[in-house]
Amino acid sequence: MTERAAIELTSVAMRYGDRTLFRDVSVSLAPGSFHFLTGPSGAGKTTLIKLCYSELTPSEGNVAVFGDDTGKMRRNDVAKMRRRVGVVHQDCQFIDHLSVADNVLLPVTVSGASAADIDANMSELLGWVGLTDFVDHTPPELSGGERQRAALARAVILSPDVILADEPTGNVDWEMSLKILNLLIELNKLGKTVLCATHDMSLIRQAKTRISARVLRLRGGSVELAGAEL
Amino acid sequence: MKVFWDLVRGDISAEKVVPPTGLTAFLTAASAAAMAFLAIFVLALAVTAARQAAGWEDALADTATVRISASVETMEAQADTVEEILAQTPGVGATRRLSAEEQVEILAPWFGPDLPLESLRLPVLIEVNIDGNGPDAVGLGLRFAAEAPGAVYDDHGRWREPMVRAAQSLRRLALTSLLLIAGVTAVTTALAASASLAANGQVIDVLRLVGAEDAYITRAFVRRFTLRALIGGAVGTFLGLVAVALVPNVSTSSVGADIGFDGFEWLWPFLVPIAAGSLAFTATRLAAARRLKAVS
Repeated sequence: MTERAAIELTSVAMRYGDRTLFRDVSVSLAPGSFHFLTGPSGAGKTTLIKLCYSELTPSEGNVAVFGDDTGKMRRNDVAKMRRRVGVVHQDCQFIDHLSVADNVLLPVTVSGASAADIDANMSELLGWVGLTDFVDHTPPELSGGERQRAALARAVILSPDVILADEPTGNVDWEMSLKILNLLIELNKLGKTVLCATHDMSLIRQAKTRISARVLRLRGGSVELAGAEL
Repeated sequence: MKVFWDLVRGDISAEKVVPPTGLTAFLTAASAAAMAFLAIFVLALAVTAARQAAGWEDALADTATVRISASVETMEAQADTVEEILAQTPGVGATRRLSAEEQVEILAPWFGPDLPLESLRLPVLIEVNIDGNGPDAVGLGLRFAAEAPGAVYDDHGRWREPMVRAAQSLRRLALTSLLLIAGVTAVTTALAASASLAANGQVIDVLRLVGAEDAYITRAFVRRFTLRALIGGAVGTFLGLVAVALVPNVSTSSVGADIGFDGFEWLWPFLVPIAAGSLAFTATRLAAARRLKAVS
């Protein structure tokens, strides 16, 4: 019996007005897999990521998360689904007046649980992303790389099954990019499904030396599996 | 009920995610206080006017007057006849002929206290207390016409009717004013809440991103605005009651009344802050629902 995909896009098309961003896209992310999503700027990487956690609705086709069609989900079901899908946004999206610790803890807070109810230890988690010394800082006080790592800590605090990372290394230097990549690889080794959008080919090549990652390339309005030219 | 309990209990974590907004908080509370102050005045005026009108109406409804205008020669005889007829008429209680001094007192506001009564031909006035539904006014009029042609039975209907109309108008005016005040309070709170929701668009986006349900996000804003309106309403009510208490007492004059609340009427002011809080609660929930519709 085939294992149910963590995320599955079937014949998805996305249009903004008269412009078709992509069409007939079918992608299946198996549980525990690691995928990179690449392509030129404006190809629709962020849009495709947003479709995966229902921030956007496809113009055509279906998106299923853990087997449930997002188009048929009620708003509360979408909220619950997002607790199982950790998202690292391109622009991080924090609540600026809250401390780093409170921001990282947000998914726990909004789910009605307390820090004691979760598996992850807050100080261990912040230590894992290297932000132990920044617990009481606010997001505006962090550098780009620190913000990305704080976003990653927030994305994994509920131990979600899927991690969606949209250009997580977009605003950081190579050294920090490698640190963030290492964290994503560690999560994948823990069994998490990872989809990482990036235009950084060096990063993809670096990852492929260490894990078996598939590379999806958005080009010309469709998705293709990138081959050995990488 | 759960919504109400959530409101009372509060959710510290939900409230913490919304940044404090000093000016919006002050404006919401201040506008609720101003509206509550006005509402107290309208209520005080409305209940006072209604009470006064009801008092006048009752007084006029319980009594009638027979006025006898006749020549000096027949006046006394007609007055005696009228008293006899009244004594035999069902629906008529005690009767009393007004003395000359009482008539001077009645006319004093128009002619002054030194009215030369002896030089005027005043009618004889007989005050009639009504029993039950009162006498058959038409039958009584016919008997007067036959036996005391100078007598006219006045059941005060022409006085009572304008009183009733005035009281009804005052009630309508008060209700309209209260509805306007409630509407302005709701609109003001909704605008403040909408401004706050718009200013915190990123907070809402982040909360949705990390899996917050709409109820959680709504709770974060609703309790804040409801409490502001409740506190503002309570302060405005208190100040309104103080202001009403400071209005000079005019009940000793023939037309005045003590402006304020009496007996069970004191329950009305306590409803004002509750109404302000309820309006804010509803307005903020609607504003939040509208804002959240735009967020995926």
